[in-house]
Amino acid sequence: MKKESESRIRPAINFFFTLPRFGTGGKMVVIGVAIVSFLLVMTILAPFISPHNPNQLSVGPADSPPSWKYPMGTNRLGQDILSRMISGGPTMMEVALVSVLICFMVGVPLGLLAGYSRRMIDSSLSLVMDSIYAFPGLVLAIAIAAVLGRGVINLAIAIAVVYIPTYFRVVRSQVLTIKELPFVEAVKVEGGGTLNVLFRQIFPNVLPSIAVIASINVADSVITEAGLTYLGLGVNVAVPDWGFDIYYGYQSFLAGAWWTVLFPGLMVVLLAGGFTFIGEGLSEVLSPRLGKR
Amino acid sequence: MILLLVSIVFLIVRVLPGDPALLHFGKQVNPKALAEVKHALGLDVPIYVQYYNYVVGLFHGNLGIAFSNEQPVAPQVLSAFPATLELSICSMFVAVSVGVVLGVTSSRKYGSRGDTIIRTFGVVLYSIPVFFLGLILIAIFAIGLHILPSGERISVLIPTGTTIFGVHIQTGLYTVDSLLAGNLGEFVDAVRHLILPSLALGLYISAVFLRITRSNMLEALSQEYVTAAKARGLKERTVLYGYGLRNGFLPVLTIMGLEFAGLLGGAVLTETTFAWNGLGTYIVTAITDRDYMAIQGAVVFFGIIVAIVSLVVDVSYAYLDPRIRY
Repeated sequence: MKKESESRIRPAINFFFTLPRFGTGGKMVVIGVAIVSFLLVMTILAPFISPHNPNQLSVGPADSPPSWKYPMGTNRLGQDILSRMISGGPTMMEVALVSVLICFMVGVPLGLLAGYSRRMIDSSLSLVMDSIYAFPGLVLAIAIAAVLGRGVINLAIAIAVVYIPTYFRVVRSQVLTIKELPFVEAVKVEGGGTLNVLFRQIFPNVLPSIAVIASINVADSVITEAGLTYLGLGVNVAVPDWGFDIYYGYQSFLAGAWWTVLFPGLMVVLLAGGFTFIGEGLSEVLSPRLGKR
Repeated sequence: MILLLVSIVFLIVRVLPGDPALLHFGKQVNPKALAEVKHALGLDVPIYVQYYNYVVGLFHGNLGIAFSNEQPVAPQVLSAFPATLELSICSMFVAVSVGVVLGVTSSRKYGSRGDTIIRTFGVVLYSIPVFFLGLILIAIFAIGLHILPSGERISVLIPTGTTIFGVHIQTGLYTVDSLLAGNLGEFVDAVRHLILPSLALGLYISAVFLRITRSNMLEALSQEYVTAAKARGLKERTVLYGYGLRNGFLPVLTIMGLEFAGLLGGAVLTETTFAWNGLGTYIVTAITDRDYMAIQGAVVFFGIIVAIVSLVVDVSYAYLDPRIRY
């Protein structure tokens, strides 16, 4: 048992360390992974490394500029921005992760089904997906988030609805080519059932392109989450969150306190940028034709 | 397709808990008054009848009555639209010019340091939330340098447009209206107000164009006719734009159609940041008021716009690529 799992992990680790040899794409993946791991470690260690309690009011004077004592300044409530930055990641990461999971669990099976089945199912599914895909994603997410209300799951659903069609389209188009390949035919001739063919033969071959879509999707989810929070549709006011801090700092910002918006904004860019690097790089390493959108 | 979207939105709004009619009351609810409000808003009939009424109304250009101010939604949406249109057009112009120029440069220097820098720039642009970009621009140009206004569409009066042959023309596009009225000062003012928002939204979208142009140019430049053109000793510029870009531009056009949807979405955030009174601001206000009818109307309107744009893009293919016939 142990041996089997080891033999599966080894190639993955080896693959990661050979990435820089794959040129720019490989280096991009490594940079992206480094950024994301840094943010993850920071989030996990947050209670131990943050200089102040991120929620404590009046740690210093309100809206005071960056100084030795408060390296990133303080916000309107006198909260220490550095501490809020260190502990502001979890909500955003949770929402992004849950929305990617939802996309994966809905978009991939539907894509497999549509690509593999006859015209009726395929065309009706495609019609629904295309109409969602063609629509301004953020507007749809806003509408759904407004109706569903606050909460990690609700926000994740609102974001997922927008990106499910992307998974659907990529998986479907891959299935259309893969299902004609000789090895699939061979399994069918041997009497393999539909489910066997779909999930054991075709699905593993679609996985690499899903990996690319998923990492770019995480970046998109992060940005969308920040956008929804900026519009006041965020998760919870009590938990420190980068998106919320941008929303909250807006008034102080217009009065000249640039640090209240700059730092949370940079954190969002860092997180989204990390995942975009991974996605862009992966798409180049795995297949140069993928990940155009 | 639009009908499908309408149905989805309609269903989402109706199935979820919460009675919109209750919004008209405080904690004390008078059942009789509640019934009256429900009747006025058309909420007292079964849901399939509501759906039928809504769809029929849609074909008559009727988007229902807004819950918050009890005015029809359609005129409100229509009057907010020109602002969004003006912003979208300018942003698209910024996005395509920046994206295509950088994409072409990047593909020409494929694999070099310049290429890497441009690609990294693209990734960073792609990862910046559009409202954050907008706020940075405000900080630099409005608060820091005081050279451009930080928000709203115009400083003084709304341009009135002009009257030609007894027909009054007022487009709601302030730049066009001020020109029609022959007021140059107003025109300059409107343009100054447009610069920052279009730059924010345009740069954000340009990342997508950069990527598409680069990959398509690389493909086009590796074709034999490009090698042949180079061998004949044509100028690099001619080869790059005449042979490469001409063939690599069609996919860019497709993306233009698709990204228009993204642009309208981004416009919501940009409008909020720059206090731009368009459809985006309308939606955000509707959300704050929990006015589902207004949200629904605006969403449907967005859908119609996107459908029209994709139709226009499809038709323009045939002009750009004579091989395509409908």
